[in-house]
Amino acid sequence: MNTIRFAFVNFARDWKSGEQAVIAMALLVAVAALTAIAFFTNRISLGVEQQAGEVLAADIRVESPEAFYEPHAKHATDMGMQVARTVVFPSVVLSGEHSALAALRAVSTTYPLRGRVKLSQTLDGEIEEVQAAPAAGEVWVDPRLLAQLSANIGDTIELGRGKFKVTKALVARPDQGSQFVDMAPGVLMPLESLPQTELIQPGSRAAYALLFSGTPTQVAAYRDYLKANRQTSERITSIADASPQLRESMDRAGNFLNLASMVSVLLSAIAVAMAARRYATKRLDIVALMKSMGASQARVLAIYLVQLLIIAVLASVIGTVLGYLAQEGLAFLLKDLLRGELPTPTLEPVFLGVATAFTVLLGFALPPLLQLKRVPPVRVLRRDVEAPPLHYLLIYGLAIAAVIAVVATIVRDAALVRQVVYGLAATFAVLYLSGWLLVRSLSVVRGRVGVSWRYGVANIARRGRESVVQIVAFGLGLMVLLLLMVVRNDLLNNWRMSLPDDAPNQFIINIQPSQVENVREFFVAQGIAPPTLSPMASARMTHINDMPIAEWRKKYPRRNPIEGDSNAANDERRANENARNASERQANLSWVDALPEGNKIVAGKWWSANDGGGARLSVEQGTALAMHVKIGDRITYDFAGESITATISSLREVKWDSFRPNYFVVFSPGVIDHAVGTYITSMHVPTTKRATMREFMRRFPEVTAIDIDAVISQVRSVMDKVSLAVEYVSSFTLLAGITVLFAAIQATRDERRYESAMLRTLGASRRVVLLGVASEFGVLGILSGVLAATGATAVGYLLATGPFNLEYSFDFTIWALGIVAGIMLVGGVGTLATYSVVNAPPVQTLRRGG
Amino acid sequence: MNLAIHTPNESAKPVAGLKDSVLRTEGLTKEVTSPEGRLTILSDVTIAIPAGQTAAIIGTSGAGKSTLLALLAGLDEPSSGKVWLNQAELTALDEDGRAAVRAKHVGFVFQSFHLVPSLTAIENVMLPLELAGQSNARQAALEVLDKVGLAPRAGHYPRQLSGGEQQRVAIARAFVTKPAILFADEPTGNLDAATGERIIQLLFELNRATNTTLVLVTHDKAIAERCERVIKLDAGKVVSA
Repeated sequence: MNTIRFAFVNFARDWKSGEQAVIAMALLVAVAALTAIAFFTNRISLGVEQQAGEVLAADIRVESPEAFYEPHAKHATDMGMQVARTVVFPSVVLSGEHSALAALRAVSTTYPLRGRVKLSQTLDGEIEEVQAAPAAGEVWVDPRLLAQLSANIGDTIELGRGKFKVTKALVARPDQGSQFVDMAPGVLMPLESLPQTELIQPGSRAAYALLFSGTPTQVAAYRDYLKANRQTSERITSIADASPQLRESMDRAGNFLNLASMVSVLLSAIAVAMAARRYATKRLDIVALMKSMGASQARVLAIYLVQLLIIAVLASVIGTVLGYLAQEGLAFLLKDLLRGELPTPTLEPVFLGVATAFTVLLGFALPPLLQLKRVPPVRVLRRDVEAPPLHYLLIYGLAIAAVIAVVATIVRDAALVRQVVYGLAATFAVLYLSGWLLVRSLSVVRGRVGVSWRYGVANIARRGRESVVQIVAFGLGLMVLLLLMVVRNDLLNNWRMSLPDDAPNQFIINIQPSQVENVREFFVAQGIAPPTLSPMASARMTHINDMPIAEWRKKYPRRNPIEGDSNAANDERRANENARNASERQANLSWVDALPEGNKIVAGKWWSANDGGGARLSVEQGTALAMHVKIGDRITYDFAGESITATISSLREVKWDSFRPNYFVVFSPGVIDHAVGTYITSMHVPTTKRATMREFMRRFPEVTAIDIDAVISQVRSVMDKVSLAVEYVSSFTLLAGITVLFAAIQATRDERRYESAMLRTLGASRRVVLLGVASEFGVLGILSGVLAATGATAVGYLLATGPFNLEYSFDFTIWALGIVAGIMLVGGVGTLATYSVVNAPPVQTLRRGG
Repeated sequence: MNLAIHTPNESAKPVAGLKDSVLRTEGLTKEVTSPEGRLTILSDVTIAIPAGQTAAIIGTSGAGKSTLLALLAGLDEPSSGKVWLNQAELTALDEDGRAAVRAKHVGFVFQSFHLVPSLTAIENVMLPLELAGQSNARQAALEVLDKVGLAPRAGHYPRQLSGGEQQRVAIARAFVTKPAILFADEPTGNLDAATGERIIQLLFELNRATNTTLVLVTHDKAIAERCERVIKLDAGKVVSA
């Protein structure tokens, strides 16, 4: 009988003894939790990506001021991708005697590729969502434009030389929120009808966009194609950079979901290590026996390796199926909340689950098996003979290598992997040291407590190293759970903070200086707090420190993304460079008295009224970095022929996702006041006062008011989806953690059964034994909780200030929570799990010999 | 009594006729390091046991009986000295080499039976055959189980068997590979007198039937006297043989 066949036979026989089942169960739960998360994460992120695509109305958008670049469209069609076209240009729309400026958007019949156009039959009617473009000769018009034109649905409007029938009110387009560029109310018209308007003539200013969508693989391939074939004037936008806020949210969500997956893997690793240890310990005698019968070391190792692989295969297959069912069940429960079907997952989670199961099993179960190989055969005669201990470097090296391999596969963000691995390693070391100190110091407590406590505390001390390992394992388990709470709370709070209920929902631009007072008075009369109007002036940057800007750009070239650096860092680099480009060309500037809300001074000093400091500037910190300017540098701007130089006196951190007007560069008061062209503002108008805005548009027809509620709700719905995923993933990780704790406690059941029987034979009551067990697990729980809270706070701090880029506030309730959770989880589960042990009649246990 | 035993005072050189021995040692010494310093557990043991003989190793607790048994079977390594088992010099082999020799020539019976609790009686008996890669393991195991009178209980687990029955399964397991030498370590130590007697009878019967060499560690004088030869150890030295 060859080794493999024997291993299979032995596996089947061993199964009856139960230890293999425990290790398989531990791995099964881990794989199920991991793949459930992976499948769900996979579907959620596919869903989020799809919705992010809705913000673009496509997966990729190529915008150009010149005519459509046909080779792009042809290439996409050849690849089997969908293509749509849009042409956007400003034009005056006529209706009877009324006229208004509008953004005309001529779209191909395939528009939109992602998301839906929201329409209504009447001005305040029910909203219908369609994936379609208007038919030839028809247009869909923004209700605000209809108000300006005093027109109604069914009327005919004139666009250039063409006449079109308004068939629907255009409530929202999927791509309207991608940038705040199309601020004028829009008209959606069919592209095929564009020629009859004769509005596009040679030299006309229009923005052409090619929209593409396809499978993720096609999209990735097409992005590569675009990278190589981009035309100079083209601007390419894909899901990843749809909008800064959306991108930031997705990055954070991605980081969090990855962290949650990783935590499941770590918990599984702990469970496997514990189960494998128990498995190997129980096999020492059998291996010695097999060796006495002539089995070689290699044979022994091969037999158990094959058995391990069988477990790995079984656990990955069944675990993956269970994981899929688990996420399917939850997806079903949440389907109403998720608004629409989740996409079918890719096969990636399956591979991930299988690979992870094998890696974890080999990393954490191999050392005890290697130990089995070394069991001396003489153990058959003298049971006190142990196998020579393995080198600790081998044990921990394998484990750490496995963790890093798995973590790196899941996270794929070097910075995050490093930080988390360091954090966990440090915590593990601290936990181990603390556990060791605790066990050593227990003798002090021992003489001062009652009999039950003494029994419990003595148990911890007597098991020495095992107790330390348990404290570390429980502590680590608890720590990751607490860490989830820390991160999740921070993450969600941060999101909620960034989108409060009274987030501005109206963006008003083109307010003439002469209208400022009237606008304020209008809102006061309507019972709405008047908005702060922000002055805006256009200028061209000419010099930095008296050096012409062209020379400055040569001296300080653009910073390119750095290969191998984290995505977040490169994204920031790109954003800063874009800000620099914007600031160095035609820049929108403002002046302010007080530091705007959502801005923070990070260097220098904010000016105060009449401080005599002269013309000063405050620059957004990222822009300053990209422009290579610092406090004290002088920048010269050309305001329609007038040259104004100001000194940088402060750098600001700007919260761009606040839906408030923000500027890269602002002037101190009294310098450019005379150059201000218009004012802009953003404000919150309650839904109950929607009529106010219609009234506003009638009063101030040349002022443009943009309802950004639609944009906000779009972003918010994406965030809601991500938040839901976060909650869901967290609950799964919690479940995995509890299962692992339970498995760990199971490992000492035999020993406890015997001890309890002995104690009860010696006359201890059930109550005393139970209290002893409870106090033991209680103490373990308290200490694990304290250690876990400390670790979670430390890692949470590292994560918050590092990859998540959130503000971190130390929260002492985490300690209280840690202790309570420790007592409840470790104490509660431990006592419950050993309850039957304490309850078993002692004679049964003693007859069995433990 | 066989004469092929050397007291420590005699010459350590092999004597004529020893090459027929199935088991032979020369100056076998085992020392261990303990907190009290170096301890000599066995000192300069030179013995030879011919094929088919039954030999008892006796002595008080701590005399070195089990250590000698472990060294004779190649389960442990001596500090110095040599051991030959069926012409193979165990002391010249590594652990795997010694295991290969055991696989071919050695069977064991232990005081605490050492049955694998998760395996049935017949599976326990099959184990050494399976490890040796034999294909007809079940049939062979069943035959030996029948010889020890336990064929009807082949499907029972150790916990379902009495102590005597468990030891009979262990004996079946020891004989199933038809070993040249059978080592028994206190085979009746965990059994009552009557059961122990039946086990000893069985051991001796099988020993005769298969012409196996039997090396028995015991502290029971009555059992020792039934052996053809008694090797008495005291404080790690052979004091009579």
